[in-house]
Amino acid sequence: MLKINQLHKSYPIGDSSLHVLKGIDLEVKEAEMVAIMGSSGSGKSTLLNIIGMLDEADSGDYILDGLLIKDLTEKKAAVYRNKFLGFIFQSFNLINYKNALENVALPLYYQGMKRKERQEKAMFHLEKVGLADWAQHLPKELSGGQNQRVAIARALAANPKLLLADEPTGALDTKTSYEIMAFIQQLNDEGKTILMVTHEEDIANMCKRIVRLRDGVIMEDKKVEQVRAEQYV
Amino acid sequence: MFKFLFDRDTWQEVYDSFSKNKLRSILTMVGVWWGILLLIGLLGSARGLENSFNRLFGDFATNSVFVWGENTSKPFKGFQEGRQVRLSLSDAKKVEENVEGIEFVVPRNQNRATVIRKFLSGSFQMAGDYPLLDQVQKKKLIHGRFINQNDIDLNRKVVLLSEDTYKQLFEKEEKAVGEYVQINSMNFKVIGIFKNGNVNMGPSTDMHIPFTTFQQIYNRGDEIGWMMITGKPEYDIKQIEADTKLLLKNLNRIHPKDKRAFGSFNLGKEFSKVTGFLTGMQFLTWFVGIATLIAGVFAIGNILLITVKERTKEIGVRRALGATPFEIKRQIVVEAVFLTLLAGVVGIITGGWILIGLDSAFGQGDDAAIVNASVSIAVVFIALVILVILGTLIGLIPAFKATSIKPIEALREE
Repeated sequence: MLKINQLHKSYPIGDSSLHVLKGIDLEVKEAEMVAIMGSSGSGKSTLLNIIGMLDEADSGDYILDGLLIKDLTEKKAAVYRNKFLGFIFQSFNLINYKNALENVALPLYYQGMKRKERQEKAMFHLEKVGLADWAQHLPKELSGGQNQRVAIARALAANPKLLLADEPTGALDTKTSYEIMAFIQQLNDEGKTILMVTHEEDIANMCKRIVRLRDGVIMEDKKVEQVRAEQYV
Repeated sequence: MFKFLFDRDTWQEVYDSFSKNKLRSILTMVGVWWGILLLIGLLGSARGLENSFNRLFGDFATNSVFVWGENTSKPFKGFQEGRQVRLSLSDAKKVEENVEGIEFVVPRNQNRATVIRKFLSGSFQMAGDYPLLDQVQKKKLIHGRFINQNDIDLNRKVVLLSEDTYKQLFEKEEKAVGEYVQINSMNFKVIGIFKNGNVNMGPSTDMHIPFTTFQQIYNRGDEIGWMMITGKPEYDIKQIEADTKLLLKNLNRIHPKDKRAFGSFNLGKEFSKVTGFLTGMQFLTWFVGIATLIAGVFAIGNILLITVKERTKEIGVRRALGATPFEIKRQIVVEAVFLTLLAGVVGIITGGWILIGLDSAFGQGDDAAIVNASVSIAVVFIALVILVILGTLIGLIPAFKATSIKPIEALREE
């Protein structure tokens, strides 16, 4: 599914540069659920951004679904993101003047799908996250958990191969976090590959594999016994 | 390429970003609205002024020059300087025959005459004229007719009175045509009443009688007071004036370099001064209007830049979801063009109202300062095209700004 080889990335800071990723090797198979952990500055978000084609590595290979991701034009990157990837952000990043349904339909709009088809599909995904009744509501009229569910529905709308979540529970209380995690686990059960960045141990333990980063290198990469989130809900 | 313009979603997006910030959008549009309002208002007023000038000059063949004799200032061929130059009918005939580009030459005579009718009397300017005068200086007849060839041939004692003269000699509402008035103790039959023009070119005239009758009663022989020369439209009236004067100097044995022998009034020259002024005013109007318009469009660009800055994160999200930079740019340009066009259309409509207001305030009656203040559809169309072009150009600035930020940086923005 995903293969990364000797990935390096540094950011210029003034005259010097900050070496953030120092040779990362990572392989993720289909239907895996991986948590990337590490303290702030460990490079975990940078890694996720490179995987999400939002950022580019300085050197090293990144192969997604058999496709070498390198020297992409902005246009090509946009098309790949739309086709292969679904994003879930810590702060939801919904468009605040669009209602839930329109937000979910947005990736489909950029696929060039017809309006009617798009809305039907978006509605289907909203139903899946249990928010069909809230379709016409604006993000500000929804709770944090509901907003994150809308965001998940949006990430799923284009039927991506890989779901990328950047601290998906970072802005939520514990109970809501577990609800969201239960939902993400359910998606994984259905066969979606999921990669998430988190710094919370309990959330990481709800994944099937934990990759720990420190100072730009992988310290530990282990399979874990998945803790099911349903039992806490 | 332009399919997206007919896509409901494109306009939904425009509407969303517009309605999200109504006040700001409206304030943004004020600049362009004001520019187009000025353009339409000023152009319309300039046209109104032009129309009113044209109406004033309308009774005249404007490509005309008047020439009369004065005193010589140079001795020539045995003649002393200071000799009085008198033009004659044969001079007029020769001018008409020999000077290039002449439409017609109208010889005229004028004198003051005492007119008596019943118990009323007055002193008026009386001109002896040919029917041709009507061609150069169209008389607006209220009653009756102008002098005709028969009047000339038979030296008829007939007279046309101006409206003002009529009012002094006749009772109100009294019928004048067919009645008689006494001019210098001779009975003249009134054949018409004419309206005084808005502007008087050359000496004002209260009465017209046939040229030949004038000759007879004042015993003028072939002598004429002055001649009105009208050139064909395609000829330069200044050249005609020079040619005529040279010919007349020849005929009357006057030194070719004598500048004082003839007096003249070049109507064409005066008229072109006025039209030149009007053209200048129109140019100024376009200049001011378009400059204001550009300022307005820049204001739109400025506000869109701020909007783009505020929406950086949203744009980042859209790009993470698969929007290509082109799609983002296109949307921003569409918004810019939409705002400019909307402001422009509102400006054109309100500009039209202003012209309607001007018309009802200053455009009524015969001596209105502004006649039919209006702009042509072509001007409106040009203004709209300029708006679309400027809107597109100015929209490109925030559009490129929006996509110059990497999506990752855009997403980090809080």
